Amino acid sequence: MSGANEYHPSMLRGLCALTVRELKKWLKDPVMILMLVLQPLIWMGLLGKSMNINAIFSTNSLGNLEIRDVKIPGSLLNPPVSGVIVIPGTLIAQQLQQMFSDIGAKIMQNTFGVTDYFSYMAVGMVSMIVMTTTMFSGMSIVWDRRLGFLDKVVSTPVPRAAIIFAKVLNATLRAIFQATVILALAYLLGLQLSSTFTLLNLLGVYAAIFLLGVGLSSVFIAFSLRSTRMERPMQIISLITMPLMFASNTFFPIHLMPDWIQAVASVNPLTYLTDAVRQLTILPLDASKLAFDFMYLSAFAAILAAIGIVLSWRYLTR
Amino acid sequence: MTEEVIKAEGLTKVFNKSLVAVDHVTFSVKSGEIFGFLGPNGAGKTTTINMLITVLKPTEGKASVLGYDIVKQANNVRKVIGVVPQEYTADEDLTGYENIMLCADLYGIPREIAKKRALELLELVELTQFKNKRVETYSGGMRRRLELACGLINRPKVLFLDEPTLGLDVQTRAATWSYIRKLKEEYGMTLFMTTHYLEEADVLCDRIAIIDHGKIIAIGTPSELKDSLGGDIITIRIKENVDVSEIIRGVEHVKDVKNDNGSYRIKAESGEATAPLIIEALRKKGYTVTRLSLTEPTLNEVYLEYTGRAIRDAEESREAFRTQRITLWRARAG
Ligand SMILES: Nc1ncnc2c1ncn2[C@@H]1O[C@H](COP(=O)(O)OP(=O)(O)OP(=O)(O)O)[C@@H](O)[C@H]1O
Ligand SMILES: [Mg+2]
Repeated sequence: MSGANEYHPSMLRGLCALTVRELKKWLKDPVMILMLVLQPLIWMGLLGKSMNINAIFSTNSLGNLEIRDVKIPGSLLNPPVSGVIVIPGTLIAQQLQQMFSDIGAKIMQNTFGVTDYFSYMAVGMVSMIVMTTTMFSGMSIVWDRRLGFLDKVVSTPVPRAAIIFAKVLNATLRAIFQATVILALAYLLGLQLSSTFTLLNLLGVYAAIFLLGVGLSSVFIAFSLRSTRMERPMQIISLITMPLMFASNTFFPIHLMPDWIQAVASVNPLTYLTDAVRQLTILPLDASKLAFDFMYLSAFAAILAAIGIVLSWRYLTR
Repeated sequence: MTEEVIKAEGLTKVFNKSLVAVDHVTFSVKSGEIFGFLGPNGAGKTTTINMLITVLKPTEGKASVLGYDIVKQANNVRKVIGVVPQEYTADEDLTGYENIMLCADLYGIPREIAKKRALELLELVELTQFKNKRVETYSGGMRRRLELACGLINRPKVLFLDEPTLGLDVQTRAATWSYIRKLKEEYGMTLFMTTHYLEEADVLCDRIAIIDHGKIIAIGTPSELKDSLGGDIITIRIKENVDVSEIIRGVEHVKDVKNDNGSYRIKAESGEATAPLIIEALRKKGYTVTRLSLTEPTLNEVYLEYTGRAIRDAEESREAFRTQRITLWRARAG
């Protein structure tokens, strides 16, 4: 009879097997795939298009400018001329509208770094969806525990880290999938890519998403591990997602926020993901900024994954 | 071989600092035997198994499996054991075959060996025909058998079975018993199982521990346990409507008499010899015995004796509980 010693439970094999299991579950559940696509679609359609800041600065928002003709007596001019000079109101209105729209573009440019808010917003949406997706999919481990699947896995010699990382990886892959849907959609809806954009930049985008996803989901999975009920992780998630989202550059630039929010935003990892993705897609790429974003995200991922692993070690065997 | 495969000393689990689920249990399981934990709902059977299979950490005490400490050498324990849990834990969205292969991956069994073995096991539990069907479509009995196959994929030296026949019909239950015996013989495994079916413990187990409220209250082979009751049960009925308990109690070898509405339950050593003496004693006083039956004690009597209640009481609530679990499962699948 073959002894148990011939087996080599390995991190990689365990990780692959458990991840493939989750992916198979996706594929066999068309409703879930649809949800994965619909969710970003709805967010994009609603938020992305409803917060139409561009429109504020467009000439339409001036309404119908009714400007009377301006009459200037020739004697006021230097050198004086005879008669009266008439500047037609329509001409003035035209000029004003042009100026307004130039100023508007300038304000947009200075505020958001790009002239159209939709592009700015669409990228913010990517961060948002990455955050919610990774947090929520940590909860599938609660299901696994309730159904006994987790206990069975724990009783096998598969490395503990593989159990956790399979969940992390699954959460992150899901986020990447959704981010791709968002970006593709945004492109179709008029996202303006910067001149520095190449398809290679997409890899950078994925790397950034991966880092944030790993960080966030590690911690959430570790916390969910303890509970056999869905409620607690849900409450924590709903408590922190909104503040995280708004105390960041997701929808609005930080430098216009009050100091205390700025302080929060400057440590908020969402800010760095959003900035990295913007640098890689819609902004002219600033290599030093991008490098800093990646450093921050890597540190965030490493620290939180470490915390996640430590907690999992404690909680996997109850 | 009489080496001790499982050894537990003062093993204790306290939940939430107050609920003592397992209370200082001490026992050992010998190589090659089928050892059964028999007890009602909430007795602490699953909790004990979960500690032995390294899913729960003991609060106190220690235990080892094949010499490996369940806390300090948990990973070594995991390599040599197989587990068939009380609940259906296979992934509903995967097929039977995929579930077994997933287990194989977790144990790190080389792919080629795993494939061959998975097919063998599917054959053994008669699921070959359904191997590419999603587990969602399986019946309860098929799921149980699949769990069995999963638990065997690593050719464990010690197999833990938590209520292997819970919720199965009589036929499937008998079939499962024969699998279990076959497994033991074929792979020379040591089996640790829990059950609350007396009959199952009686037919299947070499030794039994009766556990109630987290404590082991009796331990031994089924016949030892029965013998410990000290005799057979004689039941008689007399024509007259008088209490004759005292007369019966005076008869030699009679240990105990209970009058249950004119039907007397008598505990006596060697019932065959004692029964005629009782009839004789009663006849002398002018009473007529109308009925007599003689039973050797079953585990049911043993159980009654030690726990003070019949095990069947718990049956209904347990079935309700199981149904609820399955509903939960379905809710998620749908
Ligand atoms: N995770 C847990 N947290 C708190 N209490 C628990 C937990 N698991 C079990 N218990 C309690 O411990 C006691 C023993 O439970 P256990 O599951 O070991 O019983 P069992 O003998 O397996 O019962 P059954 O026949 O119903 O399966 C019960 O009172 C149960 O309520
Ligand atoms: Mg149990």
